[in-house]
Formats: sequence, structure tokens, C-alpha cells
Amino acid sequence: MTDTGRVQAGNVAAAPGPPPSQIQVVPLKGLPIVAAVVVFVIVSIAGNWLWALTFCHVVGGALWTAIDLFVGLIIGPILGRLSIAARAEFAARFMPKMVLLMPTLVLMTLAAGFQLALKEGNLAPSNPNHAWLIVSYCVVGVMAVIALGVLEPANIAVLVEMRKSRPDGAVIALLMRRFLYTAGITGLMQVATFIIMTRVATQ
Amino acid sequence: MSSELATAAPTIQRRFPPVAELTICSLALVVIGGILLASYAPRRPPLGVPTALAVISAALLLTSAYLLSRLQMFAWERFLLVFRWALLAYVISAGMIGFAFIHDHTRGAPLVLLLVMLVIFALDVPLIIAFTVARYSSPPHSAS
Repeated sequence: MTDTGRVQAGNVAAAPGPPPSQIQVVPLKGLPIVAAVVVFVIVSIAGNWLWALTFCHVVGGALWTAIDLFVGLIIGPILGRLSIAARAEFAARFMPKMVLLMPTLVLMTLAAGFQLALKEGNLAPSNPNHAWLIVSYCVVGVMAVIALGVLEPANIAVLVEMRKSRPDGAVIALLMRRFLYTAGITGLMQVATFIIMTRVATQ
Repeated sequence: MSSELATAAPTIQRRFPPVAELTICSLALVVIGGILLASYAPRRPPLGVPTALAVISAALLLTSAYLLSRLQMFAWERFLLVFRWALLAYVISAGMIGFAFIHDHTRGAPLVLLLVMLVIFALDVPLIIAFTVARYSSPPHSAS
């Protein structure tokens, strides 16, 4: 195979940022933490451990929604107004953390939440929360397709582009725009999650 | 094609078959199927609609894989590298979802259907990620 990174390198002005060798797509130091969280969630589910399930759902959900809202509605618009060089430098340090953090929080929140709903009887058709939880599934479903189908691939593609010896500024700008728009959409959809979850908690 | 011609247009302008779009549709269908199955928990769900969704989703995934396999001058090494690692991550993720359903006493045909959907899910996401990465690492023009 040809050195494709080198072939495309001359097309567009390179985007400055940290040295490519310093950019990690997946921060290896974070993997043990992710593994510990996954094991904790599995143990909570296997042991029907109510406190741990509540902890995983509440803490995971709070972080997930807060980070989504903050990135989508505060960081996103600011980033959108920065130069490509500044965006690239920010992305090189910010996005690797998101690659590990967000999927872990989502998995933790949803797995624990489903078990809690079952244990508390909220999924029974006669339960007043049943319909709200189905709506919640739909909201999460839309967010999942956007996040897994568009946002995460764009995030990883930006990082891989920046690891090249001469990153393509146009590719980074395109993918960052995609990342920022989808982060904004999922951020707004989290407002629906707030309404649903506060309804469920107070029925 | 010479390398001079290959650099004549930016990578960003190269047209690719709708691999990512088809796979996102496939992902959306298994997510809808999964929501239908989960919305009946802990009762036994009707399987007609979720089965139809899983079949269409699998067909879309296979179509994507076929279109992908026909690509020339594509960054296959980078695609496979990203696909392998993403697959590992999403097999763990799908495994955890499967474990939760088995723990909740999902058995028989609903479990088989759920596992099929999880397999599609675990292939869809790595394929989208790896394709998105590799398309921007490929030469600007295909040889075909």
C-alpha cells in the first residue's frame, strides 16, 4: 500500500497543533479506569445491588447529560469561532478523553437504568412510568444513532488525521464541524431526558 | 494513476459509495428493534416487527460490506487497524447488553433475535468508524 498520508499531505495547508507523535487516539492510561467501571456495573447487575445500580445510573446520567450539554451548547459554539489551528490544538487534547469517557458513561447509565426500571417495576404496562420510559428509550435511541454513527467516527477521524506528519486542515475543519453540530443536537436532546427523568422520579 | 494526478484534488472531494450512510441506517434499525424488544421487558415481546427490522438491517450491513470490498485505492491497512480495535470495544459493549438481558431471564427466540441484533450492532459501529477514518486517509481519486 502506498503512503496515503503522504499523498494527501500536500493538498491543503497543514493544521498546527501538538506534535503528531504526542496525540493518542485512545489514552491508554484511562483504560484501567474504564475496565474498573465496566466490572463494577457488571457486578452491580449480577448481584442485583440496588445502591450500586442507583449510583451508576445517577452518577453516569448526571455526568453524561452535563457533559453533553456543556460541550454541545457552551464549548461547541466557542470552538466553532476559533481558527482551525486553535481548534486542532484543543481537539488534540480534548477528544482523546471523550473517546473513552462518553461511551463508558453511556454504557454505565443505560445498563444500570434498565435494571433499576425492571427492579422498581417501572416497566410493567400498568405502571404510570411505563410510557415515559418508552419515550426515554426513543430519545436515547436517536442520540445513540447520532453519537455512534456520526459524532464518534468524526471524533476518531480527527485524531487520526492529526497524527499524520502533515495533517489536512480541510479534513479536520469538516470533521470538527460535524462533531460540533452533532454534539449540539445531542446536547439539546438531553433537555428531553431531564424532563422525562424528573417526571419518572415524581410520579 | 500517477501520484501527481492523485494529488490534483483534495482528499475531501473524493466521492465514495454510501457505505457510512447505509451502515448508519442499519444501526438505526437495530436500535429501533432493540427498543421494541426492551419496551416489552419483562414480558415476552412479539417478534414479527423486530425480526423484519433485523433482517433489513443485516441486508444493509451486507450491502455496505459489498460496496466497501469493491473500493480501490483505499487505505485498507488503516481501515483494518481501526476496525479491529473498535470491534473489540463494541463486542465488550454488546456483550454487556447481552449479559443484562440474559440476567433478566430473556430466553428462547427473543434472546436469539436480541443476540443477532447485538452482532449487527457490534459490526455496524466499528465499520462506520473505520470507514470514516480510512476514507480521509485514501488517495483523492480511485483507480476505477
